[in-house]
Amino acid sequence: MADIYAYITHTAGVADDSALELVAAAKKIDANAAVTAIVIGSGADVDKVADAVAASYAKVLKFNLDALAYPNAEVVRKLLVNVLSADAIVLVSNDTFGMDLGPGLSIKLDSTFVADVVGIEGVDGTALKVIRQEYSGMVSTHVTADITNGAVINLRPGAFAPDESQSAGGSVEDRSGDAGDLTVKRTFLEVVEAEVGDVDITKSDVLVSVGRGIEDEENIEVAQELADAMGAVVSCSRPIVDAKWLEKSRQVGTSGQTVKPKVYLACGISGSFQHMGGIKGAPFIVAINKNVKAPIFQVADVGIEADILDFLPELTDAIKES
Amino acid sequence: MEILVCVKRVPDTAENEIEVNRDGSDIERDDLVYSVNEWDNYAVEEAILIRDKVGGSVTVITVGDDESEEVLRREMAMGADNGLLLCDDAFEGSDGKGVASLLKAAVDKGKYDLILTGAQADGGAAQVGGMLAAMLDYPYASLVNKIEVDGDTLKVGREIEGGNQEMNAIQLPCVLSIQTGINEPRYVGIRGIRKVASVEIPQQGAADLGVDAASVGADGARVKRLDYFVPEMGEGAEMLEGSTEEIVAKLIELLKAKGGLK
Repeated sequence: MADIYAYITHTAGVADDSALELVAAAKKIDANAAVTAIVIGSGADVDKVADAVAASYAKVLKFNLDALAYPNAEVVRKLLVNVLSADAIVLVSNDTFGMDLGPGLSIKLDSTFVADVVGIEGVDGTALKVIRQEYSGMVSTHVTADITNGAVINLRPGAFAPDESQSAGGSVEDRSGDAGDLTVKRTFLEVVEAEVGDVDITKSDVLVSVGRGIEDEENIEVAQELADAMGAVVSCSRPIVDAKWLEKSRQVGTSGQTVKPKVYLACGISGSFQHMGGIKGAPFIVAINKNVKAPIFQVADVGIEADILDFLPELTDAIKES
Repeated sequence: MEILVCVKRVPDTAENEIEVNRDGSDIERDDLVYSVNEWDNYAVEEAILIRDKVGGSVTVITVGDDESEEVLRREMAMGADNGLLLCDDAFEGSDGKGVASLLKAAVDKGKYDLILTGAQADGGAAQVGGMLAAMLDYPYASLVNKIEVDGDTLKVGREIEGGNQEMNAIQLPCVLSIQTGINEPRYVGIRGIRKVASVEIPQQGAADLGVDAASVGADGARVKRLDYFVPEMGEGAEMLEGSTEEIVAKLIELLKAKGGLK
Protein backbone atom coordinates (compact mmCIF):
# COMPACT_ATOMS: atom_id res chain seq x y z
CA MET A 1 0.00 0.00 0.00
CA ALA A 2 1.21 3.47 -0.90
CA ASP A 3 1.96 6.12 1.72
CA ILE A 4 -1.14 7.85 3.08
CA TYR A 5 -0.96 11.55 3.85
CA ALA A 6 -3.53 13.83 5.45
CA TYR A 7 -3.61 17.57 4.87
CA ILE A 8 -4.38 19.32 8.17
CA THR A 9 -6.53 22.45 8.06
CA HIS A 10 -6.03 24.73 11.06
CA THR A 11 -6.92 28.16 12.37
CA ALA A 12 -5.38 30.18 15.21
CA GLY A 13 -3.16 27.31 16.33
CA VAL A 14 -5.93 24.72 16.50
CA ALA A 15 -6.37 21.84 14.05
CA ASP A 16 -9.79 21.56 12.43
CA ASP A 17 -12.09 18.72 13.56
CA SER A 18 -11.38 17.09 10.21
CA ALA A 19 -7.84 16.20 11.40
CA LEU A 20 -9.26 13.31 13.44
CA GLU A 21 -11.75 12.39 10.71
CA LEU A 22 -9.02 12.03 8.08
CA VAL A 23 -6.99 9.63 10.21
CA ALA A 24 -10.15 7.57 10.83
CA ALA A 25 -10.80 7.49 7.08
CA ALA A 26 -7.19 6.44 6.40
CA LYS A 27 -7.69 3.40 8.64
CA LYS A 28 -10.63 2.40 6.44
CA ILE A 29 -8.33 2.39 3.43
CA ASP A 30 -5.59 0.47 5.24
CA ALA A 31 -6.15 -0.65 8.83
CA ASN A 32 -2.39 -0.79 9.44
CA ALA A 33 -1.59 2.50 7.76
CA ALA A 34 1.10 4.69 9.32
CA VAL A 35 -0.54 7.95 8.33
CA THR A 36 1.51 11.10 7.81
CA ALA A 37 0.00 14.49 8.64
CA ILE A 38 1.05 17.57 6.70
CA VAL A 39 0.89 20.87 8.58
CA ILE A 40 1.59 24.03 6.64
CA GLY A 41 1.69 27.65 7.78
CA SER A 42 3.78 30.31 9.44
CA GLY A 43 4.79 31.07 13.02
CA ALA A 44 4.22 29.52 16.44
CA ASP A 45 0.68 28.38 15.52
CA VAL A 46 2.09 25.82 13.11
CA ASP A 47 4.37 24.32 15.75
CA LYS A 48 1.42 24.07 18.11
CA VAL A 49 -0.78 22.32 15.56
CA ALA A 50 2.00 19.95 14.49
CA ASP A 51 2.67 18.93 18.10
CA ALA A 52 -1.05 18.45 18.77
CA VAL A 53 -1.76 16.21 15.77
CA ALA A 54 1.35 14.09 16.46
CA ALA A 55 -0.80 12.33 19.06
CA SER A 56 -3.01 11.02 16.26
CA TYR A 57 -0.56 10.59 13.38
CA ALA A 58 2.49 8.36 13.05
CA LYS A 59 4.45 11.18 11.49
CA VAL A 60 3.93 14.90 11.04
CA LEU A 61 5.64 16.86 8.27
CA LYS A 62 5.81 20.51 9.26
CA PHE A 63 6.35 23.40 6.87
CA ASN A 64 6.81 26.69 8.71
CA LEU A 65 7.66 29.52 6.33
CA ASP A 66 6.79 33.20 5.98
CA ALA A 67 5.63 32.44 2.44
CA LEU A 68 2.94 30.21 3.97
CA ALA A 69 1.40 32.87 6.20
CA TYR A 70 -1.89 32.60 4.37
CA PRO A 71 -1.40 29.47 2.30
CA ASN A 72 -3.86 29.58 -0.59
CA ALA A 73 -4.46 26.33 -2.43
CA GLU A 74 -2.21 27.36 -5.33
CA VAL A 75 0.79 27.60 -3.00
CA VAL A 76 -0.08 24.45 -1.08
CA ARG A 77 -0.54 22.47 -4.29
CA LYS A 78 2.90 23.47 -5.49
CA LEU A 79 4.46 22.55 -2.15
CA LEU A 80 2.76 19.15 -2.03
CA VAL A 81 3.88 18.31 -5.56
CA ASN A 82 7.43 19.17 -4.48
CA VAL A 83 7.42 16.91 -1.41
CA LEU A 84 5.00 13.99 -1.92
CA SER A 85 6.00 10.59 -3.23
CA ALA A 86 4.72 9.71 -6.70
CA ASP A 87 1.98 7.26 -5.78
CA ALA A 88 0.89 9.03 -2.59
CA ILE A 89 -2.67 8.76 -1.30
CA VAL A 90 -3.59 12.24 -0.07
CA LEU A 91 -6.62 12.81 2.15
CA VAL A 92 -8.12 16.29 2.15
CA SER A 93 -11.16 17.63 3.97
CA ASN A 94 -13.78 18.68 1.40
CA ASP A 95 -14.15 22.16 2.87
CA THR A 96 -13.78 25.35 0.84
CA PHE A 97 -9.99 24.99 0.98
CA GLY A 98 -10.02 21.32 0.01
CA MET A 99 -12.29 22.05 -2.94
CA ASP A 100 -9.74 24.64 -4.08
CA LEU A 101 -6.83 22.23 -3.63
CA GLY A 102 -7.87 18.67 -4.47
CA PRO A 103 -8.84 18.43 -8.15
CA GLY A 104 -5.79 20.30 -9.45
CA LEU A 105 -3.47 18.44 -7.08
CA SER A 106 -4.56 15.11 -8.56
CA ILE A 107 -3.65 16.35 -12.05
CA LYS A 108 -0.23 17.60 -10.94
CA LEU A 109 0.48 14.28 -9.18
CA ASP A 110 -0.96 12.34 -12.14
CA SER A 111 -3.12 10.46 -9.67
CA THR A 112 -6.86 9.83 -9.35
CA PHE A 113 -9.23 12.39 -7.81
CA VAL A 114 -12.11 11.10 -5.72
CA ALA A 115 -14.53 13.90 -4.86
CA ASP A 116 -16.62 14.48 -1.73
CA VAL A 117 -16.47 10.97 -0.28
CA VAL A 118 -18.98 10.14 2.49
CA GLY A 119 -17.99 6.50 3.09
CA ILE A 120 -15.08 4.14 2.41
CA GLU A 121 -15.78 0.44 1.83
CA GLY A 122 -12.19 -0.64 1.36
CA VAL A 123 -9.52 -1.50 -1.19
CA ASP A 124 -9.56 -4.49 -3.52
CA GLY A 125 -6.23 -4.72 -5.35
CA THR A 126 -5.81 -1.29 -6.89
CA ALA A 127 -9.51 -0.41 -6.70
CA LEU A 128 -10.69 1.79 -3.87
CA LYS A 129 -14.43 1.50 -3.29
CA VAL A 130 -16.19 4.51 -1.81
CA ILE A 131 -19.66 5.97 -1.32
CA ARG A 132 -20.59 9.36 -2.75
CA GLN A 133 -23.81 11.29 -3.13
CA GLU A 134 -25.29 12.91 -6.21
CA TYR A 135 -28.17 15.31 -6.89
CA SER A 136 -27.78 17.24 -3.62
CA GLY A 137 -27.84 14.03 -1.58
CA MET A 138 -31.07 12.68 -3.08
CA VAL A 139 -29.29 9.50 -4.22
CA SER A 140 -26.07 7.73 -3.24
CA THR A 141 -23.62 5.81 -5.40
CA HIS A 142 -20.88 3.25 -4.99
CA VAL A 143 -17.80 4.36 -6.88
CA THR A 144 -14.53 2.60 -7.64
CA ALA A 145 -11.33 4.54 -8.14
CA ASP A 146 -8.15 3.10 -9.64
CA ILE A 147 -5.42 4.14 -7.20
CA THR A 148 -2.49 2.50 -9.01
CA ASN A 149 -0.83 5.91 -9.40
CA GLY A 150 -2.04 7.22 -6.06
CA ALA A 151 -5.07 9.35 -5.31
CA VAL A 152 -6.30 12.62 -3.91
CA ILE A 153 -9.40 11.86 -1.87
CA ASN A 154 -11.61 14.69 -0.66
CA LEU A 155 -13.63 13.59 2.38
CA ARG A 156 -16.85 15.26 3.43
CA PRO A 157 -16.50 17.03 6.81
CA GLY A 158 -18.50 15.21 9.48
CA ALA A 159 -19.00 12.04 7.43
CA PHE A 160 -16.35 10.00 9.30
CA ALA A 161 -16.44 9.45 13.06
CA PRO A 162 -13.27 11.06 14.46
CA ASP A 163 -10.50 8.78 15.73
CA GLU A 164 -9.99 10.19 19.20
CA SER A 165 -7.69 7.43 20.47
CA GLN A 166 -4.67 9.82 20.41
CA SER A 167 -2.50 6.70 20.44
CA ALA A 168 -0.15 7.29 17.51
CA GLY A 169 2.60 9.06 19.45
CA GLY A 170 4.06 10.37 16.22
CA SER A 171 7.17 12.41 15.55
CA VAL A 172 7.31 15.89 14.05
CA GLU A 173 9.76 16.54 11.23
CA ASP A 174 10.43 20.11 10.18
CA ARG A 175 10.65 19.88 6.41
CA SER A 176 10.48 23.62 5.70
CA GLY A 177 13.75 23.40 3.78
CA ASP A 178 12.21 21.04 1.20
CA ALA A 179 9.28 23.30 0.28
CA GLY A 180 10.93 24.37 -2.97
CA ASP A 181 9.80 27.14 -5.30
CA LEU A 182 6.41 28.47 -4.18
CA THR A 183 5.87 31.20 -6.76
CA VAL A 184 2.23 31.29 -7.88
CA LYS A 185 -0.04 33.58 -9.90
CA ARG A 186 -2.66 34.06 -7.19
CA THR A 187 -2.14 36.08 -4.02
CA PHE A 188 -4.22 36.39 -0.90
CA LEU A 189 -5.49 39.89 -0.15
CA GLU A 190 -7.81 39.74 2.85
CA VAL A 191 -10.79 38.03 4.43
CA VAL A 192 -13.95 40.11 4.39
CA GLU A 193 -16.05 39.10 7.41
CA ALA A 194 -19.72 38.32 6.86
CA GLU A 195 -21.99 41.29 7.42
CA VAL A 196 -23.94 41.34 10.64
CA GLY A 197 -27.63 41.62 9.88
CA ASP A 198 -30.55 43.13 11.76
CA VAL A 199 -31.30 39.84 13.52
CA ASP A 200 -28.82 37.43 15.06
CA ILE A 201 -30.19 33.97 14.24
CA THR A 202 -27.43 32.31 16.27
CA LYS A 203 -28.96 33.68 19.49
CA SER A 204 -32.48 32.35 18.95
CA ASP A 205 -33.78 29.18 20.66
CA VAL A 206 -36.46 28.69 18.05
CA LEU A 207 -35.95 29.11 14.30
CA VAL A 208 -38.57 29.06 11.56
CA SER A 209 -36.34 28.33 8.58
CA VAL A 210 -37.50 28.63 4.98
CA GLY A 211 -36.16 27.09 1.79
CA ARG A 212 -37.04 26.85 -1.88
CA GLY A 213 -40.54 25.65 -0.98
CA ILE A 214 -41.51 29.22 -0.08
CA GLU A 215 -41.58 29.79 -3.86
CA ASP A 216 -41.86 33.58 -3.86
CA GLU A 217 -40.42 36.57 -2.01
CA GLU A 218 -43.89 37.70 -0.95
CA ASN A 219 -44.45 34.40 0.85
CA ILE A 220 -41.61 35.05 3.31
CA GLU A 221 -44.30 36.90 5.26
CA VAL A 222 -46.10 33.60 5.86
CA ALA A 223 -43.02 32.35 7.73
CA GLN A 224 -42.54 35.67 9.52
CA GLU A 225 -46.12 35.56 10.83
CA LEU A 226 -45.57 32.06 12.20
CA ALA A 227 -42.27 33.14 13.77
CA ASP A 228 -43.98 36.15 15.37
CA ALA A 229 -46.71 33.93 16.80
CA MET A 230 -44.11 31.51 18.19
CA GLY A 231 -41.71 34.14 19.45
CA ALA A 232 -39.19 32.73 17.01
CA VAL A 233 -36.85 34.17 14.38
CA VAL A 234 -36.89 33.51 10.62
CA SER A 235 -33.79 31.94 9.11
CA CYS A 236 -33.34 30.34 5.69
CA SER A 237 -31.38 28.06 3.38
CA ARG A 238 -29.04 29.16 0.62
CA PRO A 239 -31.43 29.53 -2.35
CA ILE A 240 -33.37 32.21 -0.45
CA VAL A 241 -30.20 34.29 -0.04
CA ASP A 242 -29.12 33.66 -3.65
CA ALA A 243 -32.52 35.02 -4.71
CA LYS A 244 -31.87 38.03 -2.44
CA TRP A 245 -35.14 37.50 -0.57
CA LEU A 246 -33.41 37.52 2.82
CA GLU A 247 -30.03 38.80 4.02
CA LYS A 248 -26.98 36.56 4.05
CA SER A 249 -26.91 36.85 7.86
CA ARG A 250 -30.15 34.81 7.97
CA GLN A 251 -28.61 31.82 6.15
CA VAL A 252 -28.06 28.58 8.06
CA GLY A 253 -25.33 26.30 6.68
CA THR A 254 -21.61 25.79 6.20
CA SER A 255 -21.46 28.86 3.99
CA GLY A 256 -23.71 30.82 6.37
CA GLN A 257 -24.33 30.81 10.11
CA THR A 258 -23.91 27.95 12.54
CA VAL A 259 -26.95 27.86 14.82
CA LYS A 260 -27.72 25.97 18.03
CA PRO A 261 -31.47 26.35 18.61
CA LYS A 262 -33.68 24.13 20.77
CA VAL A 263 -36.29 23.80 18.05
CA TYR A 264 -35.76 24.06 14.29
CA LEU A 265 -38.71 24.21 11.89
CA ALA A 266 -37.42 23.36 8.42
CA CYS A 267 -40.09 24.69 6.05
CA GLY A 268 -39.73 23.71 2.40
CA ILE A 269 -36.04 22.92 2.96
CA SER A 270 -34.67 19.82 1.21
CA GLY A 271 -31.90 19.35 3.78
CA SER A 272 -28.62 19.34 1.87
CA PHE A 273 -25.55 18.43 3.90
CA GLN A 274 -24.27 21.98 3.53
CA HIS A 275 -27.43 23.24 5.21
CA MET A 276 -27.48 20.60 7.95
CA GLY A 277 -23.79 21.32 8.61
CA GLY A 278 -24.87 24.66 10.06
CA ILE A 279 -27.19 23.12 12.67
CA LYS A 280 -25.46 22.05 15.88
CA GLY A 281 -26.52 20.97 19.35
CA ALA A 282 -29.07 18.35 18.23
CA PRO A 283 -32.22 20.51 18.22
CA PHE A 284 -35.73 19.10 17.86
CA ILE A 285 -36.17 19.30 14.09
CA VAL A 286 -39.59 19.51 12.46
CA ALA A 287 -39.56 19.11 8.66
CA ILE A 288 -42.47 20.36 6.59
CA ASN A 289 -42.11 19.55 2.90
CA LYS A 290 -44.39 18.44 0.09
CA ASN A 291 -41.71 16.09 -1.26
CA VAL A 292 -41.64 13.02 1.03
CA LYS A 293 -38.34 11.96 -0.55
CA ALA A 294 -36.54 15.12 0.60
CA PRO A 295 -33.41 14.18 2.60
CA ILE A 296 -34.58 16.44 5.45
CA PHE A 297 -37.05 13.71 6.51
CA GLN A 298 -34.12 11.40 7.23
CA VAL A 299 -32.61 13.75 9.79
CA ALA A 300 -35.73 15.39 11.24
CA ASP A 301 -37.43 14.20 14.43
CA VAL A 302 -40.92 14.89 13.14
CA GLY A 303 -42.06 15.16 9.54
CA ILE A 304 -45.14 16.62 7.91
CA GLU A 305 -45.90 16.04 4.25
CA ALA A 306 -47.52 19.31 3.23
CA ASP A 307 -47.18 22.41 1.11
CA ILE A 308 -45.81 25.00 3.54
CA LEU A 309 -47.87 27.73 1.88
CA ASP A 310 -51.02 25.91 3.01
CA PHE A 311 -49.74 24.49 6.27
CA LEU A 312 -47.89 27.40 7.89
CA PRO A 313 -50.91 29.79 7.98
CA GLU A 314 -53.01 27.00 9.57
CA LEU A 315 -50.34 26.49 12.20
CA THR A 316 -50.03 30.25 12.81
CA ASP A 317 -53.78 30.61 13.32
CA ALA A 318 -53.93 27.65 15.69
CA ILE A 319 -51.04 28.99 17.77
CA LYS A 320 -52.67 32.42 17.99
CA GLU A 321 -55.91 30.81 19.19
CA SER A 322 -54.31 28.50 21.73
CA MET B 1 -11.75 39.79 -22.83
CA GLU B 2 -12.34 36.41 -24.48
CA ILE B 3 -14.31 34.31 -22.01
CA LEU B 4 -15.12 30.61 -22.18
CA VAL B 5 -17.88 29.24 -19.93
CA CYS B 6 -18.16 25.48 -19.42
CA VAL B 7 -21.77 24.38 -18.93
CA LYS B 8 -23.66 21.11 -18.50
CA ARG B 9 -27.15 19.83 -19.22
CA VAL B 10 -28.51 18.19 -16.06
CA PRO B 11 -31.80 16.92 -14.63
CA ASP B 12 -33.43 19.90 -12.95
CA THR B 13 -33.68 19.01 -9.25
CA ALA B 14 -36.19 21.84 -8.70
CA GLU B 15 -38.54 20.23 -11.24
CA ASN B 16 -37.93 16.52 -10.59
CA GLU B 17 -37.79 14.05 -7.77
CA ILE B 18 -34.60 12.11 -8.41
CA GLU B 19 -35.21 8.41 -7.84
CA VAL B 20 -33.17 5.28 -8.36
CA ASN B 21 -34.41 3.02 -11.16
CA ARG B 22 -35.51 -0.57 -10.58
CA ASP B 23 -32.13 -2.30 -10.90
CA GLY B 24 -30.10 0.54 -9.42
CA SER B 25 -28.13 1.06 -12.62
CA ASP B 26 -29.22 4.65 -13.11
CA ILE B 27 -31.65 7.26 -11.89
CA GLU B 28 -35.20 7.02 -13.24
CA ARG B 29 -34.92 9.06 -16.44
CA ASP B 30 -38.47 8.79 -17.79
CA ASP B 31 -40.18 12.19 -17.84
CA LEU B 32 -37.17 14.01 -16.39
CA VAL B 33 -37.03 17.73 -17.04
CA TYR B 34 -33.52 18.84 -18.00
CA SER B 35 -32.04 22.29 -17.81
CA VAL B 36 -28.69 24.01 -17.60
CA ASN B 37 -26.83 23.32 -14.34
CA GLU B 38 -27.83 26.08 -11.91
CA TRP B 39 -24.23 27.11 -11.06
CA ASP B 40 -23.36 27.37 -14.78
CA ASN B 41 -26.17 29.85 -15.30
CA TYR B 42 -24.55 32.22 -12.80
CA ALA B 43 -21.20 31.70 -14.57
CA VAL B 44 -22.68 32.65 -17.95
CA GLU B 45 -24.39 35.72 -16.47
CA GLU B 46 -21.09 36.82 -14.90
CA ALA B 47 -19.27 36.34 -18.22
CA ILE B 48 -21.87 38.48 -20.00
CA LEU B 49 -21.59 41.21 -17.35
CA ILE B 50 -17.78 41.28 -17.72
CA ARG B 51 -17.97 41.33 -21.52
CA ASP B 52 -20.47 44.17 -21.47
CA LYS B 53 -18.11 46.16 -19.25
CA VAL B 54 -14.71 45.54 -20.88
CA GLY B 55 -15.60 44.18 -24.33
CA GLY B 56 -14.71 40.85 -25.90
CA SER B 57 -16.84 37.75 -26.35
CA VAL B 58 -18.47 34.92 -24.44
CA THR B 59 -18.33 31.35 -25.73
CA VAL B 60 -20.33 28.60 -24.03
CA ILE B 61 -19.01 25.05 -24.33
CA THR B 62 -20.30 21.68 -23.21
CA VAL B 63 -19.38 18.03 -23.45
CA GLY B 64 -22.52 16.07 -24.25
CA ASP B 65 -24.84 14.57 -26.80
CA ASP B 66 -27.02 16.26 -29.43
CA GLU B 67 -29.57 17.17 -26.80
CA SER B 68 -27.00 19.25 -24.94
CA GLU B 69 -27.27 21.74 -27.80
CA GLU B 70 -30.45 23.07 -26.17
CA VAL B 71 -28.56 24.36 -23.10
CA LEU B 72 -25.96 26.04 -25.31
CA ARG B 73 -28.78 27.69 -27.22
CA ARG B 74 -30.42 28.79 -23.97
CA GLU B 75 -27.21 30.42 -22.75
CA MET B 76 -26.78 32.09 -26.15
CA ALA B 77 -30.29 33.46 -25.76
CA MET B 78 -29.06 34.95 -22.48
CA GLY B 79 -26.35 36.75 -24.39
CA ALA B 80 -23.41 34.41 -25.01
CA ASP B 81 -21.92 35.05 -28.47
CA ASN B 82 -20.83 31.56 -29.48
CA GLY B 83 -21.55 27.94 -28.65
CA LEU B 84 -19.35 24.87 -29.03
CA LEU B 85 -20.51 21.29 -28.54
CA LEU B 86 -17.91 18.59 -27.86
CA CYS B 87 -19.74 15.49 -28.98
CA ASP B 88 -18.49 12.00 -29.81
CA ASP B 89 -19.57 8.48 -28.85
CA ALA B 90 -16.03 8.04 -27.53
CA PHE B 91 -16.69 10.72 -24.86
CA GLU B 92 -19.51 8.78 -23.20
CA GLY B 93 -18.78 7.64 -19.66
CA SER B 94 -15.91 10.08 -19.19
CA ASP B 95 -14.94 10.77 -15.59
CA GLY B 96 -14.15 14.28 -14.36
CA LYS B 97 -10.59 14.06 -15.64
CA GLY B 98 -11.84 12.91 -19.05
CA VAL B 99 -14.21 15.89 -19.30
CA ALA B 100 -11.45 18.27 -18.19
CA SER B 101 -9.04 16.87 -20.79
CA LEU B 102 -11.63 17.39 -23.56
CA LEU B 103 -12.17 20.98 -22.45
CA LYS B 104 -8.40 21.45 -22.31
CA ALA B 105 -8.10 20.31 -25.92
CA ALA B 106 -10.78 22.82 -26.93
CA VAL B 107 -9.08 25.63 -24.97
CA ASP B 108 -5.78 24.85 -26.72
CA LYS B 109 -7.50 25.35 -30.08
CA GLY B 110 -8.95 28.73 -29.08
CA LYS B 111 -7.66 31.83 -27.36
CA TYR B 112 -9.32 32.60 -24.04
CA ASP B 113 -8.32 34.96 -21.26
CA LEU B 114 -10.81 33.75 -18.71
CA ILE B 115 -12.46 30.37 -18.25
CA LEU B 116 -15.46 29.97 -15.97
CA THR B 117 -17.25 26.85 -14.74
CA GLY B 118 -20.06 26.37 -12.26
CA ALA B 119 -18.78 25.51 -8.78
CA GLN B 120 -20.41 22.09 -9.10
CA ALA B 121 -23.01 20.17 -11.10
CA ASP B 122 -25.35 17.20 -10.63
CA GLY B 123 -22.59 14.81 -9.52
CA GLY B 124 -21.56 17.18 -6.73
CA ALA B 125 -17.87 16.58 -7.42
CA ALA B 126 -16.80 20.20 -8.01
CA GLN B 127 -13.75 18.91 -9.87
CA VAL B 128 -13.63 19.88 -13.56
CA GLY B 129 -12.58 23.54 -13.13
CA GLY B 130 -9.64 22.75 -10.86
CA MET B 131 -8.49 19.91 -13.08
CA LEU B 132 -8.73 22.04 -16.22
CA ALA B 133 -6.68 24.83 -14.60
CA ALA B 134 -3.97 22.37 -13.56
CA MET B 135 -3.85 20.84 -17.06
CA LEU B 136 -3.48 24.32 -18.59
CA ASP B 137 -1.07 25.48 -15.89
CA TYR B 138 -3.38 28.44 -15.24
CA PRO B 139 -4.08 29.74 -11.74
CA TYR B 140 -7.41 28.66 -10.25
CA ALA B 141 -9.87 29.88 -7.65
CA SER B 142 -13.02 27.99 -6.66
CA LEU B 143 -16.36 29.09 -5.18
CA VAL B 144 -15.98 32.60 -6.59
CA ASN B 145 -18.72 35.05 -5.58
CA LYS B 146 -17.17 38.32 -6.75
CA ILE B 147 -15.06 39.36 -9.76
CA GLU B 148 -13.51 42.76 -10.46
CA VAL B 149 -11.43 43.26 -13.60
CA ASP B 150 -8.22 45.22 -13.08
CA GLY B 151 -6.10 45.12 -16.26
CA ASP B 152 -4.56 41.66 -16.66
CA THR B 153 -5.39 40.79 -13.06
CA LEU B 154 -8.73 39.94 -11.48
CA LYS B 155 -9.72 40.66 -7.93
CA VAL B 156 -11.88 37.69 -6.94
CA GLY B 157 -13.81 36.87 -3.80
CA ARG B 158 -14.18 33.24 -2.69
CA GLU B 159 -17.01 32.12 -0.47
CA ILE B 160 -15.43 30.43 2.55
CA GLU B 161 -16.87 29.01 5.78
CA GLY B 162 -19.19 31.10 7.92
CA GLY B 163 -20.30 33.38 5.09
CA ASN B 164 -16.90 35.09 5.01
CA GLN B 165 -15.24 36.07 1.76
CA GLU B 166 -11.58 35.46 0.90
CA MET B 167 -10.27 38.11 -1.49
CA ASN B 168 -7.50 37.19 -3.92
CA ALA B 169 -5.64 38.76 -6.82
CA ILE B 170 -5.32 36.31 -9.70
CA GLN B 171 -3.48 36.73 -12.98
CA LEU B 172 -5.08 36.16 -16.36
CA PRO B 173 -5.42 33.77 -18.04
CA CYS B 174 -7.10 31.85 -15.23
CA VAL B 175 -9.91 29.42 -14.42
CA LEU B 176 -12.61 30.29 -11.87
CA SER B 177 -15.47 28.18 -10.55
CA ILE B 178 -18.54 30.30 -9.88
CA GLN B 179 -20.76 30.06 -6.81
CA THR B 180 -24.48 30.77 -6.91
CA GLY B 181 -25.56 34.19 -5.68
CA ILE B 182 -22.70 36.07 -7.42
CA ASN B 183 -25.30 37.84 -9.58
CA GLU B 184 -28.93 37.56 -10.63
CA PRO B 185 -29.06 35.58 -13.89
CA ARG B 186 -31.33 37.25 -16.42
CA TYR B 187 -34.59 35.71 -17.45
CA VAL B 188 -34.70 34.04 -20.86
CA GLY B 189 -38.03 34.33 -22.64
CA ILE B 190 -39.42 32.39 -25.56
CA ARG B 191 -38.56 35.31 -27.82
CA GLY B 192 -34.91 35.14 -26.82
CA ILE B 193 -34.79 31.41 -27.51
CA ARG B 194 -36.42 31.95 -30.93
CA LYS B 195 -33.77 34.50 -31.89
CA VAL B 196 -31.01 31.91 -31.63
CA ALA B 197 -33.08 28.92 -32.77
CA SER B 198 -31.45 28.72 -36.18
CA VAL B 199 -27.88 29.65 -35.19
CA GLU B 200 -25.46 26.93 -36.28
CA ILE B 201 -23.61 25.49 -33.28
CA PRO B 202 -20.33 23.85 -34.27
CA GLN B 203 -19.58 20.33 -33.03
CA GLN B 204 -16.17 18.80 -32.43
CA GLY B 205 -15.30 15.14 -31.91
CA ALA B 206 -12.18 13.29 -30.81
CA ALA B 207 -10.47 13.67 -34.19
CA ASP B 208 -11.20 17.44 -34.38
CA LEU B 209 -9.78 17.92 -30.91
CA GLY B 210 -6.77 15.68 -31.50
CA VAL B 211 -7.74 13.63 -28.46
CA ASP B 212 -6.86 9.93 -28.18
CA ALA B 213 -10.30 8.32 -27.91
CA ALA B 214 -8.97 5.62 -25.56
CA SER B 215 -7.87 8.24 -23.02
CA VAL B 216 -11.41 9.54 -22.51
CA GLY B 217 -14.86 7.98 -22.20
CA ALA B 218 -15.58 4.89 -20.12
CA ASP B 219 -12.31 3.21 -21.20
CA GLY B 220 -10.15 6.06 -20.01
CA ALA B 221 -12.02 6.60 -16.74
CA ARG B 222 -10.14 5.84 -13.55
CA VAL B 223 -13.23 6.68 -11.49
CA LYS B 224 -16.32 4.59 -12.20
CA ARG B 225 -19.82 4.66 -10.75
CA LEU B 226 -21.04 1.15 -9.96
CA ASP B 227 -24.66 1.82 -9.01
CA TYR B 228 -27.21 4.17 -7.52
CA PHE B 229 -28.91 3.48 -4.22
CA VAL B 230 -30.83 5.13 -1.40
CA PRO B 231 -29.06 4.49 1.90
CA GLU B 232 -30.86 3.23 4.98
CA MET B 233 -30.73 6.23 7.29
CA GLY B 234 -32.09 4.70 10.45
CA GLU B 235 -35.64 5.50 11.42
CA GLY B 236 -35.92 8.95 9.96
CA ALA B 237 -38.64 11.37 10.99
CA GLU B 238 -41.85 10.33 12.73
CA MET B 239 -44.43 11.40 10.13
CA LEU B 240 -47.48 13.14 11.54
CA GLU B 241 -50.61 11.85 9.85
CA GLY B 242 -54.27 12.81 9.84
CA SER B 243 -56.29 15.88 8.90
CA THR B 244 -54.56 19.24 8.88
CA GLU B 245 -56.31 20.16 12.15
CA GLU B 246 -55.11 16.95 13.78
CA ILE B 247 -51.55 17.44 12.56
CA VAL B 248 -51.51 21.07 13.72
CA ALA B 249 -52.79 20.04 17.17
CA LYS B 250 -50.16 17.30 17.50
CA LEU B 251 -47.40 19.63 16.35
CA ILE B 252 -48.37 22.36 18.82
CA GLU B 253 -48.29 19.79 21.62
CA LEU B 254 -44.81 18.66 20.54
CA LEU B 255 -43.54 22.21 20.17
CA LYS B 256 -44.73 23.05 23.69
CA ALA B 257 -43.00 19.96 25.08
CA LYS B 258 -39.72 20.79 23.33
CA GLY B 259 -39.62 24.46 24.27
CA GLY B 260 -40.66 25.77 20.86
CA LEU B 261 -43.80 27.39 22.24
CA LYS B 262 -44.48 29.05 25.52
